[in-house]
Amino acid sequence: MTTNILPMLPIILPFLAGVIMLFIGKRPMPHRMVSAVTGLLMVGAAAFSVYYVYVNGTMVTFISNWSAPFGISVVYDMVAALLVLTTSIVMFFIVIYSFQSIGYEREKYYYYPMVMFMITGINGAFTTGDIFNMFVFFEVFLLASYVLITLGSRKIQLQEGFKYLVVNVVSSNFFLIGLAYLYSVTGSLNMADIHIKLSNYDGNLAIMTIIAVVFIFVFATKAGLFPLYFWMPGSYAAPPMPIIALFGALLTKVGVYAIARTFSLFFTNDAGYTHQVLLLLALLTIVAGCIGALAYTDMKKIIIYNIMIAIGVIIVGFSMMDYAGTIGAMYYLIHDMIIKTALFLLIGFIIYRTGKNDAADLGGLIKQHPVVGWTFFVAAMSLAGVPPFPGFFGKLFIVESAFDNGHSIAAIIVLLSSLIVLYSIMKIFIKVFWGEPAQPIELKNIKSDKLLFAAVGMVIVSTVFGLSADFLFPVFEMAAESFYDPSSYSNYLMGVE
Amino acid sequence: MKSTLKRAGYSKVQRQMNDVFIQFTSKVIFLIILLFSINLFMAGHYTPGGGFVGGLLAASAIILLLMAYDYETVKKMIPVNFHLMISSGLALAIVVPTVLFFFGVPFFTHQHTYVNVPVFGEIALHTAVVFDIGVFLTVAGTSLLIVTLVGGTED
Repeated sequence: MTTNILPMLPIILPFLAGVIMLFIGKRPMPHRMVSAVTGLLMVGAAAFSVYYVYVNGTMVTFISNWSAPFGISVVYDMVAALLVLTTSIVMFFIVIYSFQSIGYEREKYYYYPMVMFMITGINGAFTTGDIFNMFVFFEVFLLASYVLITLGSRKIQLQEGFKYLVVNVVSSNFFLIGLAYLYSVTGSLNMADIHIKLSNYDGNLAIMTIIAVVFIFVFATKAGLFPLYFWMPGSYAAPPMPIIALFGALLTKVGVYAIARTFSLFFTNDAGYTHQVLLLLALLTIVAGCIGALAYTDMKKIIIYNIMIAIGVIIVGFSMMDYAGTIGAMYYLIHDMIIKTALFLLIGFIIYRTGKNDAADLGGLIKQHPVVGWTFFVAAMSLAGVPPFPGFFGKLFIVESAFDNGHSIAAIIVLLSSLIVLYSIMKIFIKVFWGEPAQPIELKNIKSDKLLFAAVGMVIVSTVFGLSADFLFPVFEMAAESFYDPSSYSNYLMGVE
Repeated sequence: MKSTLKRAGYSKVQRQMNDVFIQFTSKVIFLIILLFSINLFMAGHYTPGGGFVGGLLAASAIILLLMAYDYETVKKMIPVNFHLMISSGLALAIVVPTVLFFFGVPFFTHQHTYVNVPVFGEIALHTAVVFDIGVFLTVAGTSLLIVTLVGGTED
């Protein structure tokens, strides 16, 4: 079991592809082929891993054969498997989408290798079982994302990229400080080991609360939670569309995953305080996101504020930390990664076709693009959580759990936010596809078969996911178990010690 | 650098062409630094050192040459493509740990053996060295690429 290559594949494959592309040089066509093939391979490997984990339980690899609490271990549980599978699918479609949208110049300057290195970091952060290793993988994908956000050197990109760089360097710094505190308290960096040591911890609770607050600060900055989301709307709107889709779908979710992991494994002694703080921040995030989503008619901005709402909803689920809450949060997390990509890709198509960012300038596109219009409608329904689509199941469980735990206000805010999400996204749909434009729009003649393939493909993935939600329930139950019953995550250490 | 000076109002940048002292000493010191970097690199496994420090030190030796001479001269002395250096370094760093799966051990579990070489006696062969060469190349290549790009000599 320890020599199984499967848990390492999501890290090895994209890194290897990136290195191969560096050797190829600056020719875009081979880059495209290598990255698309890698995307397919990763989807295949990740899908098989989900099956394998479902049958055989958590996969663990001890890197360098150092046994568990001492060396770095890669713990590939169901959460990691599902997240890696979703990441691979998202990456594959975004790579296809990039062929016709990112532009020849960016392709020449190592766009695809940087995407691959970023995926390496994201997959690593999802699969690692060592908190310091998680920090390292955070740095890996952040470094690649610094390159991606400034690639092309437009003025807005450099301006927003600098802001993004400063925010992330500061928060990474605090991540390291939090790790140092945690290490000084527990004397271990292995997450499962820390969980075991803290579960019979009888020391000072104040220091654990301080560490929890430091970790909230760090991951809230990465995920864009309430007081620390200020950088997100600006920075995410700067780069070209495929990069926004990558960032919006994946990067913020890594922060959410890290919050869920640390708050289920480490900070369980004073849950009354730390999880309440998390819940409060999540609710404030939802409110702030709703205000933003209502205020703008710029399509990119609306979707970016919708990311904030989704993150708030997921964190509400995780802050409950019970059976229903974590299942709902897992459903909603996976759903949101897929549907945000789909929406960004559809919006991107509209922006590339018309050259306008603002929904208020558009109208009547349904005549030229009926397929895109109705696909967008399906995606909008899915985002809002209308029953046959996947968003519904997540919200159902989250709201149920919130009512069970006596947080009726939280449940009502989550429910009301769905209405605002529906309104904000329907606003785009009605303005762009119905009616007549204020001024006649000149449609640009662009090659768009791959754009449409990726965008419609993502919506189909989302719909299939929604329809098979019942079939996938045992898988999600297994994933949620890592959170609401953290000893199931850490019991791989039992065989070792 | 030159363009900054031009913008500041210096029409012609004065460059001292005959800085003999620095050119002569850097030729000597270059070799010493390079040898020391190799020493650090080889010491890396059990004692402080390794690919990262070694790479940085090797890069600093070449940067010293860049300061003493100009970019073209150094390019003639050391005809290395920094891009290729980084790529091959990264390739070694990922291929070596992956290939180790063929030994039936987890990722990154290095293998070693001892061989008898006539003059040196028993020496250790270790796959970690190959990985460390990758680190060395990547670090040295990256720092040199950054210095040459920021220095604005490659245009």
